[in-house]
Amino acid sequence: MIDSQLLALLLIPLSGGLLLAVFGSRSWAAELNSLMSFGTFVASVVLTMRIIDSGPQVAFGEEFFIDQFNVFLVALTAFVAFTTSLFSRPYMRIEQHHGKLSIGMLHLYYSMYQMFTFAMLVALTTNNMGIVWVAMEAATLTTVLLVSLYRTPASLEAAWKYFILCGVGIALALFGTILLYFAAERLLGQGGTALLWTHLNQVKSGLEPTVLKLAFVFLLVGYGTKVGLVPLHSWLPDAHAEGPTPVSAVLSGLLLNVALCAVVRSKVLVDGSLGTHFAGNLMMGFGLLSVVVASLSLFRQKDIKRMFAYSSIEHMGLITFAFGMGGPVATFAGLLHMTVHSLTKSAIFFAVGHAVQKVGTQQMENIRGLMQVSPTVGWGLALGTFAILGMPPFGVFSSEFLIITTAMHEYPWATPILLVALGIAFAAIFGKIQPVVFGETTAKRLPHPPALIPVFAHLLLVLMLGLYMPPYLADWYRQAAALLG
Amino acid sequence: MQIPLSLQFINLLAALLLLIAFAMLTQRRILSLINLFALQGFVLAISTFVVAYSTSQHHLYYSAGLTLLLKVLLLPWLLHRLIRKLNVRWDVETMINIPTTMLVGIALVIFSFNLAAPISQLAEGITRGLIGIALASVLLSLLMMLTRRKAVSQVVAFLSLENGLFFAATSATQGMPLVVELGIALDVLVATFIFGIFFFQIRETFDSLDITHMEKLKDD
Repeated sequence: MIDSQLLALLLIPLSGGLLLAVFGSRSWAAELNSLMSFGTFVASVVLTMRIIDSGPQVAFGEEFFIDQFNVFLVALTAFVAFTTSLFSRPYMRIEQHHGKLSIGMLHLYYSMYQMFTFAMLVALTTNNMGIVWVAMEAATLTTVLLVSLYRTPASLEAAWKYFILCGVGIALALFGTILLYFAAERLLGQGGTALLWTHLNQVKSGLEPTVLKLAFVFLLVGYGTKVGLVPLHSWLPDAHAEGPTPVSAVLSGLLLNVALCAVVRSKVLVDGSLGTHFAGNLMMGFGLLSVVVASLSLFRQKDIKRMFAYSSIEHMGLITFAFGMGGPVATFAGLLHMTVHSLTKSAIFFAVGHAVQKVGTQQMENIRGLMQVSPTVGWGLALGTFAILGMPPFGVFSSEFLIITTAMHEYPWATPILLVALGIAFAAIFGKIQPVVFGETTAKRLPHPPALIPVFAHLLLVLMLGLYMPPYLADWYRQAAALLG
Repeated sequence: MQIPLSLQFINLLAALLLLIAFAMLTQRRILSLINLFALQGFVLAISTFVVAYSTSQHHLYYSAGLTLLLKVLLLPWLLHRLIRKLNVRWDVETMINIPTTMLVGIALVIFSFNLAAPISQLAEGITRGLIGIALASVLLSLLMMLTRRKAVSQVVAFLSLENGLFFAATSATQGMPLVVELGIALDVLVATFIFGIFFFQIRETFDSLDITHMEKLKDD
């Protein structure tokens, strides 16, 4: 039963990728892309209901493992992938109309979009720490040609940087995985089971601490490169700014989460082996550094997508910090923040994408007065910005509030740093977005109507999470947080 | 204590791997670099084979064969084809400060031996103490990636980094599960193809494979 539900979840995007590899240049490719993403979303909902009903499950001879924690990310990934496919349908057509993309490029885009979804879902659901690595690398490989889709010098540079830096980072993660296997082999024996997370989790207290310590450093640095943690973040703003906007939305909203999921899974093992707060401290350090460096960089940004990419680094830092603190409340807050950040950031990128199409530039000083020419895009961007800056009543406020109050209790020294960094980020982003939204206009009409339903659907969800969290959802998060300890 | 012959042989091969890593670090000719990479793959395949023979781990024979096929034949062949098509076959890279690079490399080797020392204590069986060498060759490839300015040599560095990791996997753990190894091999193969596509895109756009042209993206 669980096997077939999981199979549907993985096979739909895989077959979507193959179908679009054949039919990607047909006129209905965009619709097929959305349809496949919708199918994946439905499959993820079915799987989620199942897991909520009956708890953690293994599938396919223990090769896959789904619990409350990763099923929540599966649902989030499938949902945002679906809404992004809705957004990309008119967006990519407008790009084509503007002569920026050819049919062949669109063909590549649709096929790789589905393959990327597939790679992320495998990385999330697999039980094998080695396959996590393989799937994360596959996720890089599928997106690297999408970042350079426009074939401009800047986009090629961004894609090359992304490829090389993430390649190196992920190679270090492989070394960490090898060390983990080395430690596990002594307890679990040769062969298949020694890399299965569920087995590792059972024997984690017996894993050799010296090896695990070193393994975690490599895993954190490796997957941390993909999360965008400072000082390994330099690929992220380039890739987000130069790639097509739907790709920025899924990179920022989804890929970073998936990489963080791998880090968190490793942390659980290392904590069990060491019995100290070593892994947590490292994550808190990297998280705090990312929050501070990213918010200080925000002031210097002129490119609107680049600025929101730095904002993603800041928020991923905050989430890493929350998971690093550990404990039920902080982990709960981290999970909530993952959700609201994904939804809000992708909504912002949708609005930014259309705004950039209207004015034909990503330089913020040339984007003015969105409210006048297109109130919906303007409001989308304004509300999204409010939400991401942590204004009540949006959900980001609740999760940031929880993170900061927990920090006050547990690590009082970190609180002023966090507050100042968030304050700086607020001033920087608000100061730059305000004239973009209001002010005198320079924009023109678009050849296709923009897709704004995804923007407001996401923001509505974030608003809902801020105002009222349904008890079953809170329960679900609490169970996931309990699993992570 | 008598050290078994197979272990002596593996130690010899490990030393060779480290030597090749240093040779790659300072090799200026792109063609010779690719040949060195193929040689590294060959040494890797033999060492995997020896480990497989002496521990009678059957799946390691497959990975030895896979290494031979992928890293000694297929990837070097692809790279040779690429540099012929791109007409960079005889390119010589200007590198500054080879002695400094070598010194940094030696420092990295000492660092990785120290880092791996406590782990090597734990290793049993024939491959004890090789983790340090594996880590050293991984870090040397990283250094090579940092010091190179040509796209092709960066990619060779990337692939040799993968060789170091593979050596770590066979020497420390006697091979990862086969499904993982197959996945990794597939990723490396796809990555090489994408790199190839990139070379052409970069050349078309910048008229050169020099990545110094690609340092324009800044925060302002």
